[in-house]
Amino acid sequence: MNLTLKIWRQKGPEDKGKLVDYKVNDISEHMSFLEMMDVLNEQLIEQGDEPVAFDHDCREGICGMCSMYINGEAHGPDRGVTTCQLHMRMFNDGDTIYIEPFRAAAFPVIKDLVVDRTAFERIQQAGGYISVNTSGNTQDANAIPISKHAADEAMDAATCIGCGACVATCKNSSAMLFVGAKVSQYALLPQGQVEAADRVRNMVAQMDLEGFGNCTNTGACEIECPKGISLENIARMNREFLSASFIDS
Amino acid sequence: MSGFLKSSIGRKVAMALSAFFLMFFLIIHLAVNITSIFSEDLFNKLSHFMGTNPLVQFALQPVLIFGVVFHFVMGFVLELRNRKAIGVSYAKNNGAANSSWMSRNMIYSGLVILAFLVLHFIDFWIPEINVKYIQGDMSGLVEETQDFRYYEELQHKFLSPLRVGAYVISFVLLALHLLHGFTSAFQSMGATAGRKKAMQTFGKIYAIAIPLGFIIVAVWHHFNHH
Ligand code: SF4
Ligand code: FES
Repeated sequence: MNLTLKIWRQKGPEDKGKLVDYKVNDISEHMSFLEMMDVLNEQLIEQGDEPVAFDHDCREGICGMCSMYINGEAHGPDRGVTTCQLHMRMFNDGDTIYIEPFRAAAFPVIKDLVVDRTAFERIQQAGGYISVNTSGNTQDANAIPISKHAADEAMDAATCIGCGACVATCKNSSAMLFVGAKVSQYALLPQGQVEAADRVRNMVAQMDLEGFGNCTNTGACEIECPKGISLENIARMNREFLSASFIDS
Repeated sequence: MSGFLKSSIGRKVAMALSAFFLMFFLIIHLAVNITSIFSEDLFNKLSHFMGTNPLVQFALQPVLIFGVVFHFVMGFVLELRNRKAIGVSYAKNNGAANSSWMSRNMIYSGLVILAFLVLHFIDFWIPEINVKYIQGDMSGLVEETQDFRYYEELQHKFLSPLRVGAYVISFVLLALHLLHGFTSAFQSMGATAGRKKAMQTFGKIYAIAIPLGFIIVAVWHHFNHH
């Protein structure tokens, strides 16, 4: 298929940036979206132009590096996939495709489609861990009984790959689905209880400090999240935060 | 506790609590209004009670005004902060793919409701305050006939098709606001209830029935003037 691409080009953080039109021809419907981008970049390099910078790593939907806002949706029109898993068969011959970086004040553009998502790292560092003694007599985690239900829900929350699609999609650039998932994966487990109140307080404080917006429960994040992280995780974070503020303070 | 209202989640919770209060108030207000269709006498008595009972006037009324102002101010604060959080907007954004129109436009439905409340205050509240507390007439009676004045005044207000039209439009926007707001308030409180099927159905019924009730009262008086 032949496509017209409208791609955001921005030389660096200070550059104003603009949408630039490109044409790519003979794209196979079996290609992934990133492979299509590779074809474009080979074309640009041959012409002596600067290739389009975009993030990617695993190309199998687990690292969360690939981003891109494609035709008005994070990771494009398909559900439950990252951009590397998005197939060109989702598009038609002759289509015009808008390709923009993930947008949020807390995700500044570094170059073209590459944005700085280290705000997520700082939120994680603020409390997204448990303190385990590793002196050699560490207890086997399996020795602590955990209900199947809690284990499943914690595992579901832990599948968040930190891609930032939730923020990119949110009309408020809120990071609450991500933070909700990271708070929940520990809140549901006995190992997470000891630091639970500090965790949620510190992670929410860091989230606010980074300049993410405020959730208004539109539910867009849940739909665009490649890992199907549920809104229940935001509700759980709210509960954790309420109890940390009024009960455990 | 100190920084609670400064945190993003604290603000959400405050927004939800004021919303619950206002949603409860709407039920009471509508219940009083509905009586005007069935019984002039009952409506007059209820209005007089609400308008002169010290507990309602000096305890509940200030709480209500605070609730309304708080909900609006907090709504604006959140909207401004969220706009700042967005930074650059997308050239192409397909919001309809993942969220409802209502959820994306709470600020606009809210602004229409705010405009309505200004009109409503000028229409009913300021004249009431004037008669009761400035002219000092707490009797609730029309001087010549010695009948209660409330029903008369209500009928008089809804004579104007312009006013009825403004009311209808405002309440349609209120319905849209509530269609998202009702269940959203539960979610903000951390309650799973808002995402349960039964609660969502109840929320939809509430969001449509309450504004429709207000519309029916306004339209009924417009066409049944005596
Ligand atoms: S919650 Fe979903 S969309 Fe958000 S960062 Fe995690 S995986 Fe990505
Ligand atoms: S490149 Fe790793 S998830 Fe897409």
